[in-house]
Amino acid sequence: MRFVFKRSYDADINLFKHKPQAMWYLALLALVVALPWMLDEFFLGEATNVLIWAIAGMGLMLLVGHSGQASLGHAAFMAVGCYANVIMLERGVPFILSLPLSGVIAGFAGVIVALPVLRLHGIYLAIATLAVSVLTEDFIVIAEPWTGGVVGLVAPPIDVFGLEIDRYGTPTEFYFLCLIVTLVVLAGYRNLLRAPLGRAFVAMRDSEISAQAMGVNIRRTKATAFGLSCAATGLAGALLGHYAGAFNHETFNLVLSIQLLLMIVIGGLGSIHGAFFGAMVIGLLPQFIAISRDGISSAFGLGSVTIPGIESGVFALILISFILFEPLGIYGRWVKIRTYFELFPFYRKDMFKRQKSYLKTERMR
Amino acid sequence: MSLLTLENVTLRFGGLVAVNNVSFHVGEGEVFSLVGPNGAGKSTIFNLISRFYDPAEGDIRFKENSILKMNSDQVPSLGIARTFQNIELFEQSTVLQNLLVGRHRHRKTGLMAELFFAPKVRDEERRHREVVEEVIDFLELQAYRDKYIAGLPYGVRKVVELARALASEPKILLLDEPASGLSVEETQDMIFWVEDIKKQMGITVLMVEHDMNLVAAVSDRVLALADGKELAIGTASEVQSHPAVIEAYLGTGERIGDDA
Amino acid sequence: MDLLQLFISGLANGCVYGLIALGFVLIYKATEAVNFAQGDFMMFGAFVTIWLTNSEHLGINFWIAVPIAVIIMGTLGYLLDMVVLRRMFGQPQIAVVILTIALGFILRFAAGAIWAHEPQSLETPFAGKEVRLGSLVLGLEEVAVILVTVLLTLALYLFFNRAKLGIAMQAASQNQLAAYYMGIPVKRIQSLVWALGGMVAAIAGVLFASKGAIDPSTGLLGIKAFAAAVIGGFGSLPGALIGGIIIGLVEPFAAYGLPAGYSQIAPYAIMLLVLIFRPAGLFAQMQKKKV
Repeated sequence: MRFVFKRSYDADINLFKHKPQAMWYLALLALVVALPWMLDEFFLGEATNVLIWAIAGMGLMLLVGHSGQASLGHAAFMAVGCYANVIMLERGVPFILSLPLSGVIAGFAGVIVALPVLRLHGIYLAIATLAVSVLTEDFIVIAEPWTGGVVGLVAPPIDVFGLEIDRYGTPTEFYFLCLIVTLVVLAGYRNLLRAPLGRAFVAMRDSEISAQAMGVNIRRTKATAFGLSCAATGLAGALLGHYAGAFNHETFNLVLSIQLLLMIVIGGLGSIHGAFFGAMVIGLLPQFIAISRDGISSAFGLGSVTIPGIESGVFALILISFILFEPLGIYGRWVKIRTYFELFPFYRKDMFKRQKSYLKTERMR
Repeated sequence: MSLLTLENVTLRFGGLVAVNNVSFHVGEGEVFSLVGPNGAGKSTIFNLISRFYDPAEGDIRFKENSILKMNSDQVPSLGIARTFQNIELFEQSTVLQNLLVGRHRHRKTGLMAELFFAPKVRDEERRHREVVEEVIDFLELQAYRDKYIAGLPYGVRKVVELARALASEPKILLLDEPASGLSVEETQDMIFWVEDIKKQMGITVLMVEHDMNLVAAVSDRVLALADGKELAIGTASEVQSHPAVIEAYLGTGERIGDDA
Repeated sequence: MDLLQLFISGLANGCVYGLIALGFVLIYKATEAVNFAQGDFMMFGAFVTIWLTNSEHLGINFWIAVPIAVIIMGTLGYLLDMVVLRRMFGQPQIAVVILTIALGFILRFAAGAIWAHEPQSLETPFAGKEVRLGSLVLGLEEVAVILVTVLLTLALYLFFNRAKLGIAMQAASQNQLAAYYMGIPVKRIQSLVWALGGMVAAIAGVLFASKGAIDPSTGLLGIKAFAAAVIGGFGSLPGALIGGIIIGLVEPFAAYGLPAGYSQIAPYAIMLLVLIFRPAGLFAQMQKKKV
């Protein structure tokens, strides 16, 4: 059992609670940095994919997990970031500018979308964002001269001060590019959470009325949450454009929006770790299915069995199992296991039991 | 000097007149209580001051300036803090985090500074924490500092509500039924705390309360309301012995069948 | 005549949307959960019927196959609630929504695995037949759709407002614990509601598949039905139907009048406008909470 003796308020303000925790994360960082030398090209590509999902997941997590605003339309903001980035690159803007700018543009798009829907809550907000997602798909097709319509666009090669970064040509460099963006977004996210704005987000999630009574301007805070969330997701979209090479409006369809949401629920709603865990599930699932399919085929001598759409089916099944048996997600289960070992042998059953909240109609908000 | 003034305030919900031409003022440094049966409009008055509702008629002034044009999130910056009757704490956060949110009106840093966690943000965080710790000491919440609200008993939550309001260093504190649901000892603690808040911290208190012990023990003046209308105003004993108040609210203490 | 034809077919489409929206609103009214999988229920119901009645499958008589399919879907809904959703008792509403989204995925996957992904059509006794009203010629299928929808809506509306069971369902959605204390078997009622939702979806599926082809991803038009439910106001049964009809009518007329690509946006644009300016829909059922 570890007992943390705090000597100053900084112990609570700092990023890490105590030295050993910082050491663990440093080790994790070292592992992640060393990955290109440990994995072959294919798996490095998969790892890069996971990072991109993680960035998008962090964006959505900020909005849904920490600010309590439902969004079923985040793929639209990935699209905004992606198209903005490529459109700027095509017109000669250097990548070092177009990437952050695409994030900013996506952020502004988020604010613009947020403003009219600020009054909506829960399911209504989810439906509104769903509509936005579907509408964006259609707008991309309509804006053909800019977006290439149904045919889509091809991402131009990345050139950073002479260094050419290409997803297939220089996978290591591309991996590090995504890693840097991930770390930047992560740092910003963690900083926000320990500052007044982060607390305002959480307050808004848990009780809008009393947050207002404490001085939180709900309109501005919601718009900020949307803006930041969509900016992060836009960055992920831009990187996805380069990862995929070519894309069109169908790359950012409604199913992607839904998958993002399901992903962060599986990972663990309300925690940054959740975004990463969810990204790992969704990024590595196709591989996992392929491997187990081969395994099952060879074990039963069945020959190769291909069921189309099995990924979505398995993903949905995983989600349902989590919602039923572990609503706190992967991170929640991880915390429980960790607490068990930390408190051993004093771990009490049902320590994390959630208080049941019986249905009282939301129609009287 | 009158800190808070309500003048001819009227509020209607459709056909129901919740607050009917109510006027009173709260002087600086005093403890002013609102009493009356349920549905008398007491919490509604609080919600009017918090700007959740707009009065149909009348004016509400803080230090001679009307607050009717302000939004509900601008009210705390005047130095008005409140608690809620049905505890509106942030359930998925710790006590400490709840209290820190109470400091939101003192926020001096902007989005960019917070994203990069500039040194100024750190200094402000330390300062906020210092103030919050003083409140924790005052209300003896040390044991609950890092506990999540969701797991806390009702009595403790009530204290955290009070703490959160105090954390904003208000000039006037609006307490909505601070003793409801509390045991005798907890109510006694509440009496001591309200006295300390008034005498040591110099904070003005406007209180809605049913517990006449608490009201009599701490109040300088009391206003009795019923059906949205004023019944009587004066010291606690004056109001308690007022015939209209006895009829509408307090009762005489006689039991049915006593007169046999 | 051309416009009238557009009108009638739009009306028929609208009725199908309305029926799916009806299923949403039904489940919402009684459990305050939004069933994102309602469109997929409809799709599944259609496929079950196709499997039962089409000549290349089981070839059962249409008029026997449809009730069987309805019962199957009702049972599916009941079982779904009993096995999966009941465990969500006491959990926040958003969890149930996410659960239904996942259920939709699974239904889509199952339909694809069982019946493949090619579009199929339902063989009905009213295919190709016509109804003549004076100089008007209307497809029998479309008339059938409109009639069935209106009757079903009326029946459900009366059920919820007059029948004891219907009122019990409403009580359960407004305050679960209180309903329990009043002796209402809340869990069983919830399962019944889901069964009802499944049955309505099956009927919608039959009607839809009789007019056109259906494939596993057709369930996604449940989103348009969403728009219908929103416009009508979540919680109002007639509103759901009217919302569906509005969308059903807007679509073809938008395609007729606006440049290509814009007609698709019409339903969602309208929905967004309604959400922004009158979030409670046309038949408002929301009020403000007292703190």
